[in-house]
Amino acid sequence: MSWISTTLTSSLGKKLIVGITGLFLCSFLVVHCGINSLIFLNDGGEAFNIGAYFMATNPVIKIMEYVLFLGLIAHIVQTLLLALENKKARPVGYFKENGNANSKWYSRSMAILGTLILIFLILHLKHFWWSKVSGHLAETGETMFAEMLEIFEKPIIVVIYVLAQISLAYHLLHGFSSAFQTLGFNHIKYNGLIKSVGVVFSLVLPIAFAAMPIVIYFGIIK
Amino acid sequence: MSERHINIKLKVWRQKNKSDKGNMEEYALSGVSTDMSFLEMMDTLNEKLTKEDKQPVAFDHDCREGICGMCSMYINGQPHGPLKGVTTCQLHMRTFNDGDTIVVEPWRSAAFPVLKDLIVDRTAFDRIQHAGGFISINTGAAPDANAIPVPKENADEAFLAAQCIGCGACVAACKNSSAMLFTAAKVSQYALLPQGQAERYRRVEAMVAQMDKEGFGACTNTGACSAECPKEISISHIARMNRDYLGAKSTSNAI
Repeated sequence: MSWISTTLTSSLGKKLIVGITGLFLCSFLVVHCGINSLIFLNDGGEAFNIGAYFMATNPVIKIMEYVLFLGLIAHIVQTLLLALENKKARPVGYFKENGNANSKWYSRSMAILGTLILIFLILHLKHFWWSKVSGHLAETGETMFAEMLEIFEKPIIVVIYVLAQISLAYHLLHGFSSAFQTLGFNHIKYNGLIKSVGVVFSLVLPIAFAAMPIVIYFGIIK
Repeated sequence: MSERHINIKLKVWRQKNKSDKGNMEEYALSGVSTDMSFLEMMDTLNEKLTKEDKQPVAFDHDCREGICGMCSMYINGQPHGPLKGVTTCQLHMRTFNDGDTIVVEPWRSAAFPVLKDLIVDRTAFDRIQHAGGFISINTGAAPDANAIPVPKENADEAFLAAQCIGCGACVAACKNSSAMLFTAAKVSQYALLPQGQAERYRRVEAMVAQMDKEGFGACTNTGACSAECPKEISISHIARMNRDYLGAKSTSNAI
């Protein structure tokens, strides 16, 4: 094995892949949230549609879409493999465990939170990504904003979207600062900053995302 | 705090040998002095069992003053019990109340197989240490003071890492049975000192490779290891190990 594969298949290297892809996915969330937040201008989706059109047609963004999918798949596959391996490291469990005495429940539940987000993601891609690539939008001449208004008419969809954002919030609450620790960024000067940016990040983005289906459902944004 | 006497129930893991399936057994102990250490309470249980012509509970112990790292019980869902920064031998029965049921289990990890009852085989830690947790040259007699300048904060930090007694509570506490805190402490204590620099990269590569080979899990950064460590070793050492490992892998001459 070459040194690269030895590194990336070691326990530390696997975590490195999870951390780097995790932070990359965080950067995607910022862009996604930024463009979607244009709906809050309440201009009938005009600004949002321009943003959505740019994201769908710009060649750099189009290439980044492939990178994003690769990053997402790497993050999912690597964490699933790690979760299985970690399970194997303790074949016989404890009779009585008091995990809350030494760690946060969401830190111990990253795989479950991630799985919930993945289930949501499949539904979400079906809603908004598939309508674009399948040519449904082009055929009907519908805008992305009109698509949003239509999908968020159903209360069950709104509930699923909001629950998914709660999972995302807890996933980020651990994941954001954890990624820095994995990359070796642990320094007395920056630990406070990483921690507080992580908390703000994991609150602001999911709240903004969760607000979108809610305001559309209640007709505040139309 | 004045001495009290309490009645307790114990649920203890009993396992005859490595291949035995094992099970939890219940015992009742009355009139336990709250001044007893947890291990003294276990001694009392064993005296009782011996008198009843039953097999005493096998458990590891040695110094009984919190510095050797031999005692290793998982008590009421936490390694070394509910107190922070102490080993099982330094846990006293005054922490418990009359009528309590106390669950006592061995460390659980594929890399720490149970040998008997509460005793696990922790030689995996020895092998990690043997892989690189040392300085190969003969350091000779004690050098003159200040012959090798070491900044005070580095000396302190190295000393904090060197406090690791290798008890394995980090592995027992971690949901992944990861040995990162142990390995990181051993890597750090040399990485922070001038004497450790010559072999710094070779050391971290070899020790991490051995850690992986032993079958410990990976790190999720839950922080449980550090919270349960009787020597309260910080996870900042794990970050240092991560840095050193990546530095070593990307720059060392080992292809």
